[in-house]
Amino acid sequence: MNFFQIIDKLAEVDPDTLGRFDSRRAIFSSLGDVAKRTALAASPLFLGALFQKAYAGETGTKATAVEVLNYALTLELLEADFYRLFLAANTIPTGAPTAAITKIKQHEDAHVTLLAGTNGTGGAIRGAGGTPVSGVRFKTSAFPSTYAQQLVVAQVLEDTGVRAYKGRAGELLGTDLLTVALQIHSVEARHAAHIRTMRGQRAWVNPSDDLAADPAYNSGVTGTTNTNTPFGYTIPAYMGPSKIENNVTQSSVNLTSDLGTTYLTADAAAAFDEYLQAAEILDASRAGGLVM
Amino acid sequence: MSDNSPIPSRWVQPLQRRTFLRVTGASAASAALILAGCSTDTPEPVEADPYLLTLQASEDGVVNLAYYLSQVQAAVYQKVVDAPPTDFTAADRSFFNDLRDHAIVHRETLKYSLTTAALPVLTITTTSLTLTTRTGALAAAKQLEDLAAASYLYIIPLLSTQATQTLLLKISSVAARHSAAVRDLISPGSFADDDVVEASGANAGQAIAKTATDVVAVLAPFAAPYIISTVNLPTA
Repeated sequence: MNFFQIIDKLAEVDPDTLGRFDSRRAIFSSLGDVAKRTALAASPLFLGALFQKAYAGETGTKATAVEVLNYALTLELLEADFYRLFLAANTIPTGAPTAAITKIKQHEDAHVTLLAGTNGTGGAIRGAGGTPVSGVRFKTSAFPSTYAQQLVVAQVLEDTGVRAYKGRAGELLGTDLLTVALQIHSVEARHAAHIRTMRGQRAWVNPSDDLAADPAYNSGVTGTTNTNTPFGYTIPAYMGPSKIENNVTQSSVNLTSDLGTTYLTADAAAAFDEYLQAAEILDASRAGGLVM
Repeated sequence: MSDNSPIPSRWVQPLQRRTFLRVTGASAASAALILAGCSTDTPEPVEADPYLLTLQASEDGVVNLAYYLSQVQAAVYQKVVDAPPTDFTAADRSFFNDLRDHAIVHRETLKYSLTTAALPVLTITTTSLTLTTRTGALAAAKQLEDLAAASYLYIIPLLSTQATQTLLLKISSVAARHSAAVRDLISPGSFADDDVVEASGANAGQAIAKTATDVVAVLAPFAAPYIISTVNLPTA
């Protein structure tokens, strides 16, 4: 199909046709979902190429996207390394628990590959013109010795990942990479749900969690904030504490009292997962404190 | 509310010209444009279908898709909570209570955020489901939660304002948690099986998305006799 010929055809009868497309990206998007899906299915390399094409001339957005993706990669590398240690610790019961942790590890490795490519080539970050961060390791001194405590770290890491993707998805709004980020975010939520089930907790964050007091479910930073990470990319300035997980106000509406009917605090809080800003995620009290 | 409740007139809208082009495909459309140039016929006015609810060609239309889904979820889970299958365990009952509560909070929050643009409150028909057995109730929940988790991956990128995006993002991960949990109840360890997360290839480790068309196709039996149309929805 010669798409641009069709655009010209439409332009003959509707001189505003070209004006309706705000960018090359919009033209590409208009090819429809099948084309887009096919494109995404091609390879992460192609994904990168697509992104470069989409953002030719929009260097500000592109630089931001690289930083968001490197931030995501930092957390994926941390998770992947944690699960490597977890599987090597020989504490996981054989059967279903080992199968589940193995599967989660495979997903985290796949997320790393998607973002960073393999053997120094490919991946979404290079495709967007950036250099993937490397060398992020889980701090061995923070790795617990018992299976139960290892699962606690796994739950905290997964729930933190869910909050982290939410915190920066907005910076990808309007780019094709948002869908990729959402697809990873959704998988992190599935991991979190399963680890919670393994621990005998509800699958969703709720005020009666045994770990509700953990910094992962709260907000704020414990020390001075730096917009430059040790990995060389810039993160947005800290804007003050984000909402904590037992928040019941969404879009300035108190869900327990302002919706016509009253709802329980536990339900209003559990129905929504909250985001955290990068400065909070990388704080020493959360994922930042688990990096070697 | 009866099935014959009047639907506000804003829900009865003609197919828009741009949507027509999109629906028929660009190449067919260019042929149609040439033919239109030769024709002098005035098109016959088409009578509006009172049972056709066309989601808006805007962010509201996209949020309404999520609202529609939450209406179905809340109605199905309410039915299970009202008459739990006899083979339900206490844990199953508590699980469906939570699903019901979350779905209602989502439904009411989305309705509130849509104000006057909200889809009408639909009478949800659940006769297509077997909700009297544990197996049937869990299968229904799996179908709806899998659909919700997958559809948010499609819905969120179509939103244009960041506040709406944030709101739906916060719901999307809870939907993924529900889906994983109900899968684990049906078959322990199936929280991220190959039918919901790509297992191999370039997209390995990514959740699989479902489009608006997939959503209305699955939900069609629940809204009958109303038909929810996605033809005007933005696609990018």
